Amino acid sequence: MKTTPFTDIHIALGAKMHEFAGYNMPIEYTTGIIDEHLTVVNGVGVFDVSHMGEFWVKGANALQFLQKICSNNIAALPIGKAQYNFFPNGKGGIVDDLIVYHYEPEKYLLVVNAANIEKDWEWINSQNSEGAELENSSDNMAQLAIQGPKAAEQLQTLTDIPLSEIPYYSFTVGSIAGVDNVIISNTGYTGAGGYELYFYPQFGQQLWNKLFEAGEPFGLKPIGLGARDTLRLEMGFLLYGNEIDETTSPIEAGLGWITKPAEGKNLIDGDLFTHQRTEGVAKKLVGFELIDRGIPRTGYELTDGKGKTIGRVTSGTLSPTRKIGIGLGYVETPYAKIGTEIAVAIRNKELKAIVVKPPFRK
Amino acid sequence: MNIPTNLKYTKDHEWFRLEGDCAYVGITDFAQSELGEIVFVEIETVGETLNAGETFGTVEAVKTVSDLFLPVSGEVLEANPLLEDQPGLVNSDPYGEGWMVKIRVKNMAETETLLTAEAYRSLIA
Repeated sequence: MKTTPFTDIHIALGAKMHEFAGYNMPIEYTTGIIDEHLTVVNGVGVFDVSHMGEFWVKGANALQFLQKICSNNIAALPIGKAQYNFFPNGKGGIVDDLIVYHYEPEKYLLVVNAANIEKDWEWINSQNSEGAELENSSDNMAQLAIQGPKAAEQLQTLTDIPLSEIPYYSFTVGSIAGVDNVIISNTGYTGAGGYELYFYPQFGQQLWNKLFEAGEPFGLKPIGLGARDTLRLEMGFLLYGNEIDETTSPIEAGLGWITKPAEGKNLIDGDLFTHQRTEGVAKKLVGFELIDRGIPRTGYELTDGKGKTIGRVTSGTLSPTRKIGIGLGYVETPYAKIGTEIAVAIRNKELKAIVVKPPFRK
Repeated sequence: MNIPTNLKYTKDHEWFRLEGDCAYVGITDFAQSELGEIVFVEIETVGETLNAGETFGTVEAVKTVSDLFLPVSGEVLEANPLLEDQPGLVNSDPYGEGWMVKIRVKNMAETETLLTAEAYRSLIA
């Protein structure tokens, strides 16, 4: 199993470790997922997300290449900004979802899902008829996400860079906790605010230790992948492998807002997506809350409440902030309207639920 | 890991405490620790007679759902009413207030097949 610069620290802290995307990762620490979740919602927590993949795309043809393989309009991405994207797979599905950073002129950073690093690397190389310069830096970049309403105040104690001047989905590069060349990005996967830091792995432990020294007055805690999942689900953020994969349409998944085939791009599957958007799609990804007591889980059937299957749950959990069952799932389009009463089939019962617009956390 | 010697165990991590011809059943300290915070216990088999190994309910942690298996054949007499509002008792007191069902044992001979504390300890080692 692969490790991160923080694996030994997680084990020493008593984390429950589990293999994830080939890495030995912390699922939860000793206080449990609910406490970790609420720590991020109300205070500040730090996630080791060093397993994420990082690719550089450089050169005079970088933009043209990215305009083909990335769903969003990269030409509209200024230097210093980040943008959510997916890779269309040429068959109407999704290779991966990712964040693109415009780092310098003719230089972009692509941050991809850990489970897809090898697949994505093969994919982008196979599509590179533009001759962009590609570099897989996944093993040479570590990442921590500092998330929560107190993240900015805590991190500010470790850097001279005025963090409040970094807008949402923007980044800067500089020194933090005595570590140089850190990408400080106002992004995250929790909806609780905060930053993602990218840095060379050899400085990982120094950064971790300084973070926790500075974090004590703020109640900083380490947060595992379990709470990372419940936090993203409360926001309705998609997870590759659950909501989206090689077989799901981005239009069905509600990713139309990052699908920009019309803006002078030669986007892979662009015509298909335009057609789907114009003609409509047969099913849609929705958020739903349980009215009855119960917890939806991946794979459970969604019904009309009268025994007819209308779709399937892609992710579900007990909402740690609201203490009710929440989930995401695909339903036949007539049932996708906000406020529609549906049901979740749980152990031979149909539990009442209602279609809502995420976030679930108010 | 707390494994009381006065109880019997199953390989599915349930414990079993005999009282006359009845018995209490719950999940072990090891099981609750592996599952993490229990957020929901559902038992809808009260009044039913089930065979050994059949599902008598489900226990849900934040991230997982697990079936609960009856250690021996019997009639489910009662489900722990406290767990409806305080499922966390399974975490804080798995062998006490976190018990799950009371059953009437159908065939005492089946209890001989259950694991001793020592055998269970080596199973999870």
